[in-house]
Amino acid sequence: MSIQIDKNKCISCGKCRNICPGSLICADLKEKAFIKYPEDCWGCTACIKECPTRAIKFYLEEDIGGNGGHLYTSQEEKGCLVWHLVDRFGKEEVIKINRRESSKY
Amino acid sequence: MCKSNTYKTDILIIGGGTAGCFCALTLAENSDLKVIIAEKAGIKRSGCLAAGINAINAYINPGETPESFVKYVKKDSEQVIREDLVYSIAKRLNKVTEKVEQLGLPILKDDKGNYVKRGKRSIKINGENIKPILAGAVENQPNITIINKVNITDYIVRDAKVSGACGFSPETGEFITIYAKKTVCATGGAAGLYKPNNPNQSRHKMWYSPFNAGAGYAMGIRAGAEMTSFEMRFIALRCKDTIAPTGTVAQGVKVPQINNKGEEYVHKYGKPNTHIRLYATVQENKSGNGPCYLKTKGITKDQQKELFKAYLNMAPSNTLKWLENNSGPAFENIEIEGTEPYITGGHAGSGYWVDINRKTTLENLYAIGDVAGGSPKKYVTGCFAEGEIAAESIIRELAGPNLCTGPAAKNQGEFMCSHLQQHFDAKYSPYPAEKIEQKLQETMDKYAGGISEYYEYSKNKLDTAKNELQELFNLTNRLKAEDFHELMLIREVIDRLYVAKVLIEHLLARKETRWRCYQENADFPDKDDKNWLRYVNSKYENGEVKIIFRNLIGKDELYEHSN
Repeated sequence: MSIQIDKNKCISCGKCRNICPGSLICADLKEKAFIKYPEDCWGCTACIKECPTRAIKFYLEEDIGGNGGHLYTSQEEKGCLVWHLVDRFGKEEVIKINRRESSKY
Repeated sequence: MCKSNTYKTDILIIGGGTAGCFCALTLAENSDLKVIIAEKAGIKRSGCLAAGINAINAYINPGETPESFVKYVKKDSEQVIREDLVYSIAKRLNKVTEKVEQLGLPILKDDKGNYVKRGKRSIKINGENIKPILAGAVENQPNITIINKVNITDYIVRDAKVSGACGFSPETGEFITIYAKKTVCATGGAAGLYKPNNPNQSRHKMWYSPFNAGAGYAMGIRAGAEMTSFEMRFIALRCKDTIAPTGTVAQGVKVPQINNKGEEYVHKYGKPNTHIRLYATVQENKSGNGPCYLKTKGITKDQQKELFKAYLNMAPSNTLKWLENNSGPAFENIEIEGTEPYITGGHAGSGYWVDINRKTTLENLYAIGDVAGGSPKKYVTGCFAEGEIAAESIIRELAGPNLCTGPAAKNQGEFMCSHLQQHFDAKYSPYPAEKIEQKLQETMDKYAGGISEYYEYSKNKLDTAKNELQELFNLTNRLKAEDFHELMLIREVIDRLYVAKVLIEHLLARKETRWRCYQENADFPDKDDKNWLRYVNSKYENGEVKIIFRNLIGKDELYEHSN
């Protein structure tokens, strides 16, 4: 699984379906989003940045070194993108990036 | 038969990526022409820059000039480039960079307000949001109509004149025909031709966008447009597994490439240009000195922290991999490897054969960005420049005596759409498009110089690939689509087959080895300047790829299509 969508958090807004560059996300009979083609995901995380309810998590598959961690984003402050990187034990690292600030490298 | 919808416009731009958006914006800001952008996904996050980019890699920093830029590209690309095209891009790089900064792209500046250099020709940015910034600017223009989620499959063409394009919309379930006075191809290049680094669950965790299936090339090939330099494939040197960029570390933190013995190895293989850095790594692995690494162990905690951020801004999986494994580049070196080969004119030289205005050999059709050939290393800013060049040419042409008298071939688009219907009408097919794609990738890997062959190929192997490809072509006619997503997958594999077919002929035609790894001809393993300082071009005619050799074009020459 490349991304996982929590149906309880999904509010059926359709934003993830519209943003996915591979059109890989579909709606179920209750209009809740689900990833229909997980192996076709590029890992761009566009859907995660777009989701208003933090319902989508991104995982690495085990074939490229994933071991149970995941990430999601939030936008707690204006102009900032906040990344939450969680390891398999639930330990969370939060990295806040000001979208107006350039990368150092 | 499905529903259909027809549009008419002045300019149709196929693909709302870097080049397409900038072209549309230039048209809207400098004319009253009506523009349609037909985009396969949604322009806010479509194409190569969906996750972001790490730097502006084509910029003329103080001390450099457009002339020195051309010299650099020529040297790095072993002389076979279109100097005229590269020069026209070089002269615009800084202007388009300022424009995109005005649109909202953050660029790092020093105390005096000058951009901070990353390398000789690159500057530091926050590129995470570049696509939403471009999309926002385009959406604000009343003369631009964006049609998202439409899959363009073919040009409307008669007598080598293009009058729009047709395709379908999985979103609305309609066949779509768009007639236009001028059509601009800006689809991006081709991924998915070769077996990828990680062919299982993570098969799409690749360098180039896996959704760039080479449609722009394939449409041009089928319509008989002249193509150039497909044999100059592009292969990226990337972080193992996540296939994340290495330049951020190598150029940004400035660390060397080392082999398993801790030796710096690149210089052993010649001047360290782009393909030699890759070739050296491949050879070290082949000779038992691998794996190879970027020597990051021992960098400071602050440097590591900034790398975590830099990767989140363009390839977030890399930061996740470090953190979920309780590691980081300060603790362990980064293993590097070459990717599978891609066809793209943004990094290498493959694409449409264009004139200085980016007109293709088909009338009323332009090509810009990764589908336009002859100008390697154009990167993002070069794509902007080409969008601007094409837009200016279109405005000049449509302002003059208007020779376009509406659609050259009425109803032809509707007729072509009916061809798509065959995949819905087909009876059950035992092979889904996915399996044919897999077979194509395995064939190309083994017989056309993929990762498993250290990128080397020979005539005997290419002949095998040709036969296999023909069998796959035969299977595609009978593929059955249950829905529009499946129709898209079928069209993608057909397009990849066309690109692969042309690629093989180009690989066969260049009887030397011009670019290490990109074009590694085992039958002719040396560079041969006496005979091969020329372009390999091709045209698809009556089901055959016809090879055309052309002489090099210099920086100040004015090239015009003569036929």
